[in-house]
Amino acid sequence: MGKPTGFKEYKRSKPTLDPVKTRIKHHKEFEHSFTKEQAKIQGARCMDCGIPFCHGDTGCPVQNYIPEWNDLVYRDRWKEALENLHSTNNFPEFTGRLCPAPCESACVLGINDLPVTIKSIERTIIDRGFSEGWVVPQPPKVLTGKKIAVVGSGPAGLAAAQQLARAGHLVTVFEKNDKIGGLLRYGIPDFKLEKWIIDRRLEQIKAEGVVFQTNTNVGMTIQAADLMKNFDAVVLAGGSEKPRDIQIPGRNLKGIYFAMEFLPQQNKVNAGEEIKNQITAKDKNVIIIGGGDTGSDCVGTSNRQGAKSVTQLELLPEPPAVRDYNTPWPYWPLILRTSSSHEEGVTRKWSINTKEFKDNGKGEVYALLCNEVKFEQGKFVDITGTEFELKADLVLIAAGFVHPLHEGMINQLKENGLQLDAGGNVKASFGDFPDAYKASINKVFACGDMRRGQSLIVWAIAEGRKCAEAVHKALMTEKHESMAVSSSIKPMLI
Amino acid sequence: MSKLAFSMTEAREDKINDASTRGMYNSDFEHDACGMGFIADIKGRKSRSIIDKGLEVLKNLEHRGAVGADPLTGDGSGILIQMPDEFIRKAAGRQNITLPKEGRYGVGVMFLPQKAVLRRSVETIIEKIVIDENQQFLGWRDVPVNPEVPGHGAKLMQPFIRHCFIGADKKIKTQDEFERKLYLIRRIIDHRIRTELKLDRSKYYVPSFSSKVLIYKGMLLAPQLTAYYHDLLDPDMISAMAMIHLRFSTNTFPTWDLAHPFRMIAHNGEINTLRGNKNWMEARQAVMESPYYGKDLKRMIPIIMEGQSDSATFDSVLELLVMSGRSLPHAIMMMIPEAWSKNDLMDTKRKAFYEYHATMMEPWDGPAAVVFSDGRVIGATLDRNGLRPARYVITKDDLVVLTSEAGTMFIEPENIRSKGRLQPGRMFLLDLVKGKILDDEEVKKEIIDQKPYGKWVEDNMLKFHQLPDPPFTYPVDHETILQRQKIFGYTKEDISMIMRPMCIHGEEAVGSMGTDASLAVLSEKHQPLFRYFKQSFAQVTNPPIDAIREELVMELTTYLGPEQNLLSETPLHAHRIELNNPLLSNSQLEKLRNITKGHFKSTNIPILFDSTLRHNMRERLEQVCNEAVSAAKEGVSLIILTDRGVDDSLASIPSLLAVSAVHHSLIKTGLRTKTSIIIESGEPREIFHYALLCGYGANAINPYLAYETISDIYRSGYLTEVESYEMAKKNFLKAVSKGLVKIFSKMGISTLQSYCGAQIFEAVGLDTEIVNKYFTGTATRVEGLSLEMLEEETVRRHKAAFDIFSDPYSLPAGGIYHYRRDGEHHLWNPLTISKLQLSTQRGDYKTFKEYSELINNQNIKHVTIRSLFELDASDERVPLEEVEPASEIVKRFSTGAMSFGSISWEAHTSLAIAMNRIGGKSNTGEGGEDSKRYIPLPNGESMRSAIKQVASGRFGVTANYLVNADELQIKMAQGAKPGEGGQLPGLKVDKIIARTRFSTPGVTLISPPPHHDIYSIEDLKQLIFDLKNANPKARISVKLVSEVGVGTVAAGVAKAHADHILISGHDGGTGASPIASIQHAGTPWEIGLSETNQILMLNGLRDRVYIAVDGQLKTGRDVVIGALLGAEEFGFATAPLVTQGCIMMRKCHLNTCPAGVATQDPELRKRFAGKPEYVINFMFFIAEEVREFMASMGFRKFSEMIGRTDKIIPQRLNNHWKARGLDLSKLLFKPEPIYPTNSFRTREQDHALEYQIDHELIKLAQPALEKGKPVQIKMRVKNTNRTVGAMLSGEVAKRYGDAGLPDRTILIEMEGTAGQSFGTFLAKGIELKLTGESNDYTGKGLSGGKLIIKVPEGITYDPTENIIIGNTCLYGATGGEAYINGVAGERFAVRNSGAYAVVEGVGDHGCEYMTGGRVVVLGKTGRNFAAGMSGGIAYVWDPKNQFMKYINKQMVDVETIINENDFDEVKQLIRKHLEHTNSNRAKLILDNWDEEKNSFWKVMPGEYKIALQKIEEEKASETSSELQNRSSEDSMELEAANG
Repeated sequence: MGKPTGFKEYKRSKPTLDPVKTRIKHHKEFEHSFTKEQAKIQGARCMDCGIPFCHGDTGCPVQNYIPEWNDLVYRDRWKEALENLHSTNNFPEFTGRLCPAPCESACVLGINDLPVTIKSIERTIIDRGFSEGWVVPQPPKVLTGKKIAVVGSGPAGLAAAQQLARAGHLVTVFEKNDKIGGLLRYGIPDFKLEKWIIDRRLEQIKAEGVVFQTNTNVGMTIQAADLMKNFDAVVLAGGSEKPRDIQIPGRNLKGIYFAMEFLPQQNKVNAGEEIKNQITAKDKNVIIIGGGDTGSDCVGTSNRQGAKSVTQLELLPEPPAVRDYNTPWPYWPLILRTSSSHEEGVTRKWSINTKEFKDNGKGEVYALLCNEVKFEQGKFVDITGTEFELKADLVLIAAGFVHPLHEGMINQLKENGLQLDAGGNVKASFGDFPDAYKASINKVFACGDMRRGQSLIVWAIAEGRKCAEAVHKALMTEKHESMAVSSSIKPMLI
Repeated sequence: MSKLAFSMTEAREDKINDASTRGMYNSDFEHDACGMGFIADIKGRKSRSIIDKGLEVLKNLEHRGAVGADPLTGDGSGILIQMPDEFIRKAAGRQNITLPKEGRYGVGVMFLPQKAVLRRSVETIIEKIVIDENQQFLGWRDVPVNPEVPGHGAKLMQPFIRHCFIGADKKIKTQDEFERKLYLIRRIIDHRIRTELKLDRSKYYVPSFSSKVLIYKGMLLAPQLTAYYHDLLDPDMISAMAMIHLRFSTNTFPTWDLAHPFRMIAHNGEINTLRGNKNWMEARQAVMESPYYGKDLKRMIPIIMEGQSDSATFDSVLELLVMSGRSLPHAIMMMIPEAWSKNDLMDTKRKAFYEYHATMMEPWDGPAAVVFSDGRVIGATLDRNGLRPARYVITKDDLVVLTSEAGTMFIEPENIRSKGRLQPGRMFLLDLVKGKILDDEEVKKEIIDQKPYGKWVEDNMLKFHQLPDPPFTYPVDHETILQRQKIFGYTKEDISMIMRPMCIHGEEAVGSMGTDASLAVLSEKHQPLFRYFKQSFAQVTNPPIDAIREELVMELTTYLGPEQNLLSETPLHAHRIELNNPLLSNSQLEKLRNITKGHFKSTNIPILFDSTLRHNMRERLEQVCNEAVSAAKEGVSLIILTDRGVDDSLASIPSLLAVSAVHHSLIKTGLRTKTSIIIESGEPREIFHYALLCGYGANAINPYLAYETISDIYRSGYLTEVESYEMAKKNFLKAVSKGLVKIFSKMGISTLQSYCGAQIFEAVGLDTEIVNKYFTGTATRVEGLSLEMLEEETVRRHKAAFDIFSDPYSLPAGGIYHYRRDGEHHLWNPLTISKLQLSTQRGDYKTFKEYSELINNQNIKHVTIRSLFELDASDERVPLEEVEPASEIVKRFSTGAMSFGSISWEAHTSLAIAMNRIGGKSNTGEGGEDSKRYIPLPNGESMRSAIKQVASGRFGVTANYLVNADELQIKMAQGAKPGEGGQLPGLKVDKIIARTRFSTPGVTLISPPPHHDIYSIEDLKQLIFDLKNANPKARISVKLVSEVGVGTVAAGVAKAHADHILISGHDGGTGASPIASIQHAGTPWEIGLSETNQILMLNGLRDRVYIAVDGQLKTGRDVVIGALLGAEEFGFATAPLVTQGCIMMRKCHLNTCPAGVATQDPELRKRFAGKPEYVINFMFFIAEEVREFMASMGFRKFSEMIGRTDKIIPQRLNNHWKARGLDLSKLLFKPEPIYPTNSFRTREQDHALEYQIDHELIKLAQPALEKGKPVQIKMRVKNTNRTVGAMLSGEVAKRYGDAGLPDRTILIEMEGTAGQSFGTFLAKGIELKLTGESNDYTGKGLSGGKLIIKVPEGITYDPTENIIIGNTCLYGATGGEAYINGVAGERFAVRNSGAYAVVEGVGDHGCEYMTGGRVVVLGKTGRNFAAGMSGGIAYVWDPKNQFMKYINKQMVDVETIINENDFDEVKQLIRKHLEHTNSNRAKLILDNWDEEKNSFWKVMPGEYKIALQKIEEEKASETSSELQNRSSEDSMELEAANG
């Protein structure tokens, strides 16, 4: 712990954001890293708890040694902080920007004070690591000759691939899109994560030996059986891509899209691609159904595209401003979260159920018929007499995802015995024991959203890493002795 | 003796045997302490009256002995006298035996089997051997005894006692030669009978076998001795000396042979290093030679018989040394050397003598007052620490009486020539032949001058600087260091939390809260072998030593190279290499490796094995042992076990295993003393590791990787706090030295030499096979790891070091000290903490059950032993409604002893209110209690803690504190740091804390490691008695910490009349402890509780004490397990704190608790969010869960459950890779009681308070007590009147609180020799004046009263040269005055915080740990004056200017008085002293005041001076700010805002 009394002396501060006025004019990132000095002071607030709740079951899924690197930052030992951070987290540049930071809501200081700015310190460490040139490839010293296929190049697939490559395996990542990154690349708007940041990391991963095969949709472009035949292990690390739909009258009208139809287009445009008939919010009244992070991303993107108005609807009631009885420390609190996109202009409505999309007569949506609801006996019921209409030129559905797409790979594997869980995800257990991450058919493993359902990037990384370990152990147990080891120690027999 | 009795005897033995093989009882852990002494005629005139007087003295020491379940069975008493020729001749004559002349015959006193046939075969062997050895066997005599005298238990074990007579052969020239022959014969007989007839010492034992002395002893109470032995009443029974002894044993099944005196000694104390001493003797005896015995020597071996007590063992070795030619005092000096190396006052010749002998034998270390005699001389000595009392009087008619306390024999004051006490390390000798008393100087000078020891040492001893520089020294290899650290299992925590603080501060790291991580054997992770061992520590039967404040007795020097023949003395004996510290630097090691100087030879034995081959470790270990044995045979004197050279396949045998295995192989082959074991290993890194290596036989350690690690972290900028690597390493070594000394001081051991091989550890979870073979003699009660599993563990560690997924840049996290998800499993973790907080804060039982499920169900990750217990629910269920209500069960609960000081006012009072509301108990902890809290709050609630703790610091322990308690708890040890003291830094002592602790804000408060009034079990008995007197209504509780032998200690405690015994687990919390102690000292409570219950049951003592348990109790299931293992009450500390907001920051020691729980910071205290209701919810939830378990097991009443170990089904962990061998059956054994007893507390202890003269005092003081009217009382007093004044003081305090009565309201004048604890806790308004003398603990806890001890009229000795009060007087006094007209013993005014005292001389360690008050010494002081003194002032009159040599200046400044106020203060006090005592010395000084006043030194702690100044300044500024406040409204507002 840097400074035992730091938490008493310093106040929490957050990194600076560019003002709304300027930032909505572009699609670039607008949140800045801490300066070294800021990070140091914020790091000094960490109390090095005997039980770091931030790092424990209540906190960081990837088990970042948060108190350790807070201390290292406080002591100006940035390179070690980076090594420490990388020892649990392959991609802190993603989590440092995008993670909702369950660590901070579990921070002990948060009991009766403001928590440590863990996430921003994390970002500062990795940003500095890259700018100092400390992030370099770690190619394996010895190759095992084992071939592994990783399906999906989102954070879970990338983490698994990187770990496996470092362990000396020959890893091929299959990606159906033309670029690597999955949701990171297509789902997260550039103003939250500029894509060169992914590319920068991919350089390292490639240099460590991972081979990427894009435009390859397993189950479509190639058969799942091909993988089974040609690889010693197959890691299913795809996303939870099937969106939750809103099946109400008028759903087939024009102007109603899933968020994941809308957001990727803008990212591609930002990347210089041309998109014909891009869905755009420009000069439109935009209604976003769904109050979560994806909805929020739609808000930010709509504003940048020049929407006339942006309204976000949520079925649930407005959460309290501060942690209440139902979500006590150290658990993730259900509170009103105002994202930077919200700051940029949005009308947020709570307890709203959409009853119908209204046709303007041309087969296009022009309004939503809504109702206020209340929660009774486990169900949302309309409050009579609250019906109202909302003008809408563009409706974006951001109501979450139900499970991975089954068409193609999963269905093919199912024929070979792959089981799915009740939620439609690939069935595999989770944890720190030998059979974790093993799917129900031989040599197939699963991790990330494809296994656990839609979740956070940090969970994807955590699962990818653990899954890699499970794969490695499974492949290496029989012939342990063949595993060559580092021979860096000089014999020193007397 | 009837047949029935025999079969009962056997049944009883069976029970004991059963208990020791299947249960937890082990006779090795029996302890005793005693009253002892001798009386002798200086001129050597034999008389009947000497024996009579001896027997009288024995009776007057009765209170120092003890009885067990049977009030008529004592622990033993006995007497040793010179051979009474006339009597023996007469007695033999009656058997028609004619004895040769005096000195030509010997008498064997034989304890023989009762069965005639068996007895006859023993006798035949004896007769035959006497004849074989060419002496005359003259015949037998039945010793007439009254078999009905002993108590029930003793009667059953009674031997058949006979004398045999042996005549000297003509060839025998001198009596000494005859004695040696008799000794040889006895040894041969002993061995023959043991081997041929397989009789143990309860069937065959020889109390004495000599031509010079005769012993009568047995398992008898003092008055029973003469009633039993008719001989003792015979008028012809005469002697010039009588050595007597009365035994207090912790157990009640000691047998007749264990009574003292032994053949040469009687001993009060305990040999802590016994295991090591025994092992070393076993090794030495193989290479002994003696011109007196020649080849016969082999027939006497082994010298030490198995199963002997420590005193008997000591006696055996002493006897050997004497019989082979050394004089008795010489041999004593070898075995119990004084502290010499750091003693600047000792002359060089004497030092050389000790140094020379140190190369031959390690000290037999431990508290000891030994009286010894060979019939010609009789003497006594004390160990280096002086931890046992011994007072003597020499009369004008040439009598010497030396006993454990003064006043055991009445002597007219006029007849007294001088009085004294034995001082630490000193000897007192009476030569009966020359008729002369020799003091320490005289005795020792003669011995020291025998040989040119100094020259021998000078010429032969090698020092490191004399060895040539080595050709090569290993450099630091930074490139591979990380890999090697991984191989040896280093973690990030090892470096950041253990090593780094050592390198910076030169001290071990401090942490807080208890350990809640998995036991090593239950952990899924690979563990270093070190973690399977737990340190033992002293509690009750001997005291730990304060290694910091009493550093002068500690010693780290050892010697390398071969030892020589123990029985001779040559210059070559000193030819060894002196080593000042067991840690060798790389270059020192190379010097040894390449040694060519002298007769030394070294060899390397690699301890590496191939980790890819199965069973290779076992094979290699065998080879290593064989190689070591061959090397030693070939004359290699330095064996270097090394693990340099580990690589990807070669792994290291755990260094501890290698060392201990080699050590024991060498002992078994008799080669151990021919060679030294040096371990060169990358593994050991923390102090505990070094302690273990030394404890299991390493003579020196080269921890090369630890050094490299320091260099590495220094190089990478991790030690910016120190200026260089050398400094870092120096600090590290300093920390190791301090830490080692501390670890052995915990056990009361002072020297590394005797710690080496002493094995002061207990193994938890190692197989008997491993222990018996490689750690022979170590206690292990929970079986577990086999050698194969240990190999697997080592291989796993090795493989993990090369794990491809391990962090390439750094070490694994560790997670032992702080929670880490990938580290060791902890029961306190984010989920359990949050669920417990939520459930208790919200009163939500459902969430509580989720919490308890997380704790109880450790199926995947086991942490505790109890997780392996399943509860047997096979009996019929009881409906829940029929089970005892929760409101009854919670009354069995208490909160832990946490001092106000370690936790905040808010937290402390919240717990008290909660426990008072539900009828449970809260505990003050050791910090005293603000008397405001005794008054109920307006709403009727109370903040008064029902349990008041009495700890070694005695903070705030006043009469008023004591009377405001329901339970008084004597804290012998604390789970987190048993055997250690503590320190509350001045910074944390704010005004309120200072007030409750009766000290000064800003002044550091030290809690000494020992209670200075408890050095032994009989001392504890005395303290229990003191407290019971002060508050007869309170239960007296003794808090012990679980370790091997705790059950035996508990039995002793029960015999010492405690009402309540608390067994604490090793995992208890702390506000600040060395991290290593939190982890490695003590054992889980399951083991200690089970042992305690078994031994109390076996002894028939269980039903007279309550047993409570604590240590990380968290759930109802924990309580149920505790009850089934024998506890009836339960303590919780951490969990209630968690309900109050504690989130296990483990920062208590830094005062930065962000929850406001464990901090005194006013800002942080505002964050405290606890409420009594949360604690109450917790207690009721626990009780509710208990009820559910009770219902499921079929119990309606809680008491039905106590001790029902049959309801526990131990689980086998078949799937756990290493814990699958765990066997817990010993814990669940149910012994059959020898005496009838209930399985829970149903009987009152007999405190014998009715005999107290205080009842009379209280009666006479009624007018004063009721109406405040002055009274005057006169009375006589004897040494058997103990604790005079305490009960009266309790009455005063009950009525008048701290304020007491006006001065001199109760005036008491007494005459005679008062017993121990005279005037203890004396309350204000009482003046107690004694003409005569008194014993130890006079004025202890003085609470405002006035105490005067003056010499009688008509004496001719000089009071300033003669002792008048005993040791540890005014200990923990909080106020009042004392005027002592004579010299006080050791530790006068120790931890005094407020009394003003005048005394005419003090022993060693005067004013130790004093924090307040004034002491004026008008005479000499002993050594180490003012050690640890942080407050108060001492004035010492020193006309000869010698005082400076005796003072310990670590904390104090010494200056001459210049200030007039000081002069006035001193003069006033002396004037009062004169007024009260009529002291000549006082008069002399006052008469010449203008001159004498310049002979005073003023001793004052610097910190105290500053604190006083600060108080003055604050007073001044308060007054001025008050004035300002009146004139300025602004500052009023400011004040309000601050308020």
